[in-house]
Amino acid sequence: MNGLYLTLAIPLSGTALLGLVSDPARAAWINILFSAATFAASLWLALGVLASGPLLSPGHFFYIDAFNVYLVALTAFVGMTTAIFSRPYMAHEIHKGRVTPPRMRLYHAMYQGFLFTMLLALSTNNLGMLWVALEGATLATVLLVSLYRTPESVEAAWKYFILCGVGIAQALFGTVLLYFTAAGKISPETGLLWTALHEVAAQLDPTVVSIAFVFLLVGYGTKVGLVPLHNWLPDAHSEGPTPMSAVLSGLLLNVALYAVVRAKMLVDGALAGGAGSHNPELAGHLMMAFGLLSFLVAALFLHRQRDIKRLFSYSSIEHMGLMTFAFGLGGPLATFGGLLHMTVHSLTKSAIFVTVGHASQIAGSQAIDRIRGLIRTQPAVGWGLLFGTAAIAGFPPFGVFTSEFLLLSATIQSWPWLTVVLLFGLAVAFAGLFRTLHPMVYGPVPEGQGPVRANMLPVAIHLALVLWLGLSIPDFLAAWFDQATLLISGGRLL
Amino acid sequence: MVDLLSVEAWLLPLAQTLLFVTAAPLLSGWVKRVKCRLQNRRPPSLLQPYRDLAKLFGKEAVVAETASPLFRATPYMVFASTLLAASVVPLLAVHLPVAAVADVIVLVGFLALGRFFLALAGMDVGTAFGGMGASREMTISSMAEPAMLMAIFTLTMTAGSTNLSSAIEHLLAGGLVLRPSFLFALLGLMLVAIAETGRIPVDNPATHLELTMVHEAMILEYSGRHLALLEWAAQVKLMLYGVLIANIFFPWGIATTLTPEALAGAAGALALKLAVLAVAVALAETSLAKMRLFRVPQFLNLAYLLALLGMLSHVILEVGA
Amino acid sequence: MSFAQLALEEQAILLLAALILFTSFSLLAQTRIISSIHLFAWQGGLVAATTAMVAFVHHEPHLYISALLTLGLKALLIPWMLHRLVMQLAVAREVETVVRPALVLLAAAGLVVFSYYVALPIERLSPLATRNTIAISMAVVLLGMLMMVTRRQAVTQVVGFMSIENGLFFAAVVATHGMPMVVELGIAFDVLVAAVLFGVFFFQMRESFDSLDVDRLNRLAETGEGEEIAP
Repeated sequence: MNGLYLTLAIPLSGTALLGLVSDPARAAWINILFSAATFAASLWLALGVLASGPLLSPGHFFYIDAFNVYLVALTAFVGMTTAIFSRPYMAHEIHKGRVTPPRMRLYHAMYQGFLFTMLLALSTNNLGMLWVALEGATLATVLLVSLYRTPESVEAAWKYFILCGVGIAQALFGTVLLYFTAAGKISPETGLLWTALHEVAAQLDPTVVSIAFVFLLVGYGTKVGLVPLHNWLPDAHSEGPTPMSAVLSGLLLNVALYAVVRAKMLVDGALAGGAGSHNPELAGHLMMAFGLLSFLVAALFLHRQRDIKRLFSYSSIEHMGLMTFAFGLGGPLATFGGLLHMTVHSLTKSAIFVTVGHASQIAGSQAIDRIRGLIRTQPAVGWGLLFGTAAIAGFPPFGVFTSEFLLLSATIQSWPWLTVVLLFGLAVAFAGLFRTLHPMVYGPVPEGQGPVRANMLPVAIHLALVLWLGLSIPDFLAAWFDQATLLISGGRLL
Repeated sequence: MVDLLSVEAWLLPLAQTLLFVTAAPLLSGWVKRVKCRLQNRRPPSLLQPYRDLAKLFGKEAVVAETASPLFRATPYMVFASTLLAASVVPLLAVHLPVAAVADVIVLVGFLALGRFFLALAGMDVGTAFGGMGASREMTISSMAEPAMLMAIFTLTMTAGSTNLSSAIEHLLAGGLVLRPSFLFALLGLMLVAIAETGRIPVDNPATHLELTMVHEAMILEYSGRHLALLEWAAQVKLMLYGVLIANIFFPWGIATTLTPEALAGAAGALALKLAVLAVAVALAETSLAKMRLFRVPQFLNLAYLLALLGMLSHVILEVGA
Repeated sequence: MSFAQLALEEQAILLLAALILFTSFSLLAQTRIISSIHLFAWQGGLVAATTAMVAFVHHEPHLYISALLTLGLKALLIPWMLHRLVMQLAVAREVETVVRPALVLLAAAGLVVFSYYVALPIERLSPLATRNTIAISMAVVLLGMLMMVTRRQAVTQVVGFMSIENGLFFAAVVATHGMPMVVELGIAFDVLVAAVLFGVFFFQMRESFDSLDVDRLNRLAETGEGEEIAP
């Protein structure tokens, strides 16, 4: 229990404290310190939950089970490593004059605020608070997207704000509808608690729950970046500071997907009740359709990108689509694959954004055509980009390959012909990533290009973890995923 | 059931129509009077419209050489159709024998007939103003009519009948009910009434400014008794809309039995309602400026929208509540 | 039960709901920035009045707090902030051109029918007299979205956004007699922060584009040129 409160209290107090620190260099260190403390607290919490099972806070306001505790730990971990990367990166940006110290104060305070809202969204048991926290995550990051105050960044932030704001409003409507169906079944005070709703799921009216799910999927799906509601995502990723891109892609999308999966668990419970005319897998089928569409569209759009950060944000949409598809498919195998994919994608994608950030600092541009010869100018960055791209494209020894393999096997079992579509999409995405990679890494070095101050440690750790997960999943982690799989799909894999 | 063939049964509706026609100039006089007061002018006598009509009747009617027989027939057609329309609207009492034909659609039909002849006559002489007025009038009415029908249908959906008499009875029996659809229908119908009776801000009955006039442009060529009939018909039309709004939305006071006391009470109540309504019209005419002609479609779109909202809120909020 | 059998207070709730829908339509039709802010304030006031009415009819004291919150936030504070911003940015008298206003209003009527159709199965379940207003609340949300789609001025888009929030709050009040207090406070906080951030954005846009016309925000194409980082 204390682990949970610490996990939430540390970033919250960090927000307040960093709002007072005006020296960017010192603030960066404090930021790392708080992120590390959050990670430690989350580990404490995770170990507690693993040892003694799900945790329901007094008053039932927080609920931690195997599913969200691993996301809490993952969020805190990537938050910490990105904070480490952010220190030299943002120092370089200040040096170049792209940001001013007052804006850095906003940046650091909001970095912690963003972590807090995500952790709150993951740990709360109240669906209303989940919405409030996710909206809060938008609010915390929207000023960071326009941190550079260029016309492009203001435009991207505006799009992000409006699209996510409107989208997530639909989710609130869905939440109201859920609360509405629960009226009479459970008392009004507990009517929005996920655990209470999950208990009475079978008694909820299937029609209203279906309508509510459509609203929830559209709402939170906007934040996941599902096509056709994805327009904000590449803009916000490419125009904001790179550490923000790393946490947006690596974490926020996961949290939004987490909200969708939680909603799906309720809907599955309500529809399995067996009211004749309702498709019991409605939620799953909707998620599969949206997921597959996002996956294919994003894979095709990869080929048309000329900005390196946009390239990898489309790759994020592609992978989020794949995960949505996996959770929609249901069943232990696909769910296990989806959980694993969430993890490896977070780790890999944040590592890639870190590398890409340094790469564009070296080249002085985010244009793919201008980034050349990284491996000769700064070998660490070049190798990082090469390995990161290989990992995200699904090259064998890496964890992404394992999770995609699991997902494909699950698809062959239940929807064999969709396997062809998935394989086609993976091939297209693979080609889209690699056609531009070679010149960026090996091409001729432009004149006057020199190395920058970079901390490649986070990248190394992330990629090593992904490699480890690809070679052999450690027992404790497998058991952990298995518990979460049981919660979501109702069956065990191992 | 009233015996439709007995003479007595027809006397009362006849008297009612007669009252309608004779009281119409009085209402116009009252509106003018209130307006004068509001604008700090000395008001003419309440009976001035009667004097005007009498004077016009006494004058020789001049008809243009190019005019066809249609031109001569039109004042009578217009007056007759307006008269018939007025006879359809329950003025003091429901349950009259003509109540069987007191249908909204008949009412709208009579009004359309009158307008049709007026527009034809406007073009008949071949002057520029007449044609212009006719085209404007038809433009306005083509947009006002759907709005009016929509508003009326909203009401009749609640009452379950397009018969005005039984609709009013139904509403009267229901007591005070705050129906959202009625609010919208009332507002929509008021806008339509303003447009159809040629009041500010759509048209100004008091000017002959060539750029803006609509109704006056059509009857510019008329004189003498022809003009008197047309003016009178316009006054009846104003009263008709007033009575329609007063009796449908505020039906209290209308006589449901045919006793002298009930009829006297109904007359008093109606006079009061119309007097208040006239004050509202005068207030609006004093405070608003006439709008440009190409803004009129927007005005009528608003009327249509209000009527549509009335219909929607009836279906959504009131059915199955 | 027919409409006439409802208590007068319940009829008043439905009447207020219809008026809220009317303000949504008026917002769609209104092209003057300052007038749409005033209309938005009226809408907030009506939502607050409905909330208070629901609290009165159903004896739900906590809804009085929500009503006060709505009145303070949606009818007074946010309109006041927007009003002040519009004055500072000197766009108060600007008039927007809406493409095909009649078509927009027709589409709006279509959306109302659509929300009625969607809300029908939901409403059948509710024992509350106000259940028919769920369709209205959904329509207010959708009309707010339509407003955001058809407008090009940042300020009016924000008004549309806030009107969506009004619709959501209204939905919570009429469908379930409000959400738990902690959630409502959280939502109110989010809305307030959003309003402040929108204000910040107006200035940022003004600085970068010299206009609040979102059509000027067209630099980021789907494929995107690589961005140059200043040397």
